Amino acid sequence: MDIQPTTGVPAPPHGESGTPGGDSRHRPAGAAGDFWRFLALKASGAAVSLVLVLFSAFFIFRVIGGDPVKAIGGDSAMTPEQRAEIEERLGLNEPLSVQFWEYLRSVFTLDWGTSYVNNQDVTALLWDRLPATLLLTGTALAVAAGLGVWIGARAGWTQGSRFERVQVGLSLALWSAPTFWLGMIVIIVFARYLDLFPVNGMRSARGVGGDALSQALDVAHHLVLPALTMAAVIYAQYVLIMRSSILEEKGNDYLTVAKAKGLRDDVVRRRHAMPNALLPTVTLIALQFGAIFNGALLTETIFSWPGLGLLFYQAIRIPDIPLLQLLFIFFAGTTILANLLADILYRFLDPRVRTSA
Amino acid sequence: MSPHAPGSTGNPEGGGTPQDARPAAPASPRAIAWARRRAALAAFWRSYRRQRAGVVGLVLLVGIAVMTLAAPLYTDESELRAVNAPGGRLEPPGTEFWLGTDEVGRSILLQVIWGARVSLQVGVVAALLAVVLGTLVGMFAAHFGGTLSWLLMRLTDWFIVLPSLVLAIALVIALGSSRSTIIVAIALTSWAGTARLVRAQTMAIEGRPYLERARALGAGHWHQMSRHVLPNLMPLILASATLQVSSAILSEASLSFLGLGDPSQISWGTLLERAFHAGAISYGAWWYMLPPGAAILVVVLAFTLCGRAMEAVLNPRLRGGQ
Repeated sequence: MDIQPTTGVPAPPHGESGTPGGDSRHRPAGAAGDFWRFLALKASGAAVSLVLVLFSAFFIFRVIGGDPVKAIGGDSAMTPEQRAEIEERLGLNEPLSVQFWEYLRSVFTLDWGTSYVNNQDVTALLWDRLPATLLLTGTALAVAAGLGVWIGARAGWTQGSRFERVQVGLSLALWSAPTFWLGMIVIIVFARYLDLFPVNGMRSARGVGGDALSQALDVAHHLVLPALTMAAVIYAQYVLIMRSSILEEKGNDYLTVAKAKGLRDDVVRRRHAMPNALLPTVTLIALQFGAIFNGALLTETIFSWPGLGLLFYQAIRIPDIPLLQLLFIFFAGTTILANLLADILYRFLDPRVRTSA
Repeated sequence: MSPHAPGSTGNPEGGGTPQDARPAAPASPRAIAWARRRAALAAFWRSYRRQRAGVVGLVLLVGIAVMTLAAPLYTDESELRAVNAPGGRLEPPGTEFWLGTDEVGRSILLQVIWGARVSLQVGVVAALLAVVLGTLVGMFAAHFGGTLSWLLMRLTDWFIVLPSLVLAIALVIALGSSRSTIIVAIALTSWAGTARLVRAQTMAIEGRPYLERARALGAGHWHQMSRHVLPNLMPLILASATLQVSSAILSEASLSFLGLGDPSQISWGTLLERAFHAGAISYGAWWYMLPPGAAILVVVLAFTLCGRAMEAVLNPRLRGGQ
């Protein structure tokens, strides 16, 4: 046994099985019917996290965040009057407390300001780019989770086999490869030399006719490479996580019983071991939501996929503070909400969490 | 649920392992402690050696470290400057330049060798900072308890959940990009995993009888932590630090690739950024982008293999497979 079962590096804390609210087990969770209290606890935790995100966004981008006036003006020299005018427009001459109040008001009125670059409303930009990111991450996640869980379970089940060693080695290598580098290699091989897929973008520049089918096929054609690149790295994590969680289950008595009943090995794995092994996997996968945005950011940059990641990248180059701030809040907020959802889902999936006092 | 359950033996410092050789002659406590440490280290090495992947990783790391440190001895640093570029523009690999040249005619191989210095330095320093911070937070939260610890752990959860790269980018933009801000940004966004791990393990250690004994003898917080808990945590922290280095190197590469690296320095990430923006893809210059990425892959893989092997040796849960 040369490679040991661990969850790999992005290692969700090995410690406490990794629920974001890992402490819930120590608190009296109440009786089985006490769902609402659980929900309130989790929701308030998420709310506090969200508030913390809002505070940190203000702190990072307004308090320590460089000089927005210079970002707008670029390298061109500015007269003090021009400077003052821009500061006046951005409200930078107000004291910090007033700025913070204005910021909070903008949070609740959903008026996030305009981009430095083309004076577009940043919220509109966000909604404009969101579908492309959802399409890319959704496809990548579905491929990675489906394949990763399946392969990981098989690898864990046949511990010590050649199949396991190859799969674990492959996953470790994929995990170690930088996403953007993988994307570059994939483009060079499949788009440039083999010419099977378009190099970048989401639609053909020439246009492919008006009907919905050919439009969809065109997008799907563009989707293949970025989705596979993004899936590769996530896939590796899922294989390692699922493998170690199957290994944890393997010694348990109920599996011996299942085997003693004469069930086929395959049935024991799929029907008995997998459902139990999937439970910790769900939590760990929830913890990796943040990593998905990291992947989307790099993949979209490489493939010029017109999603939020590319938008974020373009905003970094300026740097376009209002846009960065909104995207930061959006990425962080989505991750927190996704984790809240996973926590609630987990309660439905695992009866032990519900009944244990 | 916790793999690091109480009673993890096999830590080099974990008193009471069977290998503890007691010297026959009465010796000073210090000598006994050192003898025990040596024995534990030897035992650790014996188990580590059986982890084939870990040995491969270690050999790779030693080789890379030697190559990187000795770089000034067998290469000419001045050829890294664009004005001294010895070759033509984007030459494919050949006898003179084994890995070809970049868009101004500098050797790719030379840049990859010198890029290792920045990448490895940032990776190692950021990982060390993150692990120190995580260890302090984790030990504090486990030892003192109370509202402050609760708050610290909530903060830890918050950092674990957030998309680390996005946060690191925000920090680098806010602080201005330089080598030290990248290190700080990576460290600040990656300490949380260690903190949670250390907290769980500290709580397990504090339940052991010898800490009760120490408390009964009047040991203060500092003495308990530094003399009893920390030595026990050390192996775990080392394994965690090794794994942290791999993710720190990947983060550095990502940040540099996104254009947040120090432009005056060559790292693997900035090399890939230049390759991407110099049109290496449309030119088909695979030799420009393949080597830096492959270097990242090999180093990250080597650190990961070592870290996993250490974890496997130190963690009885993982070892107990057979």
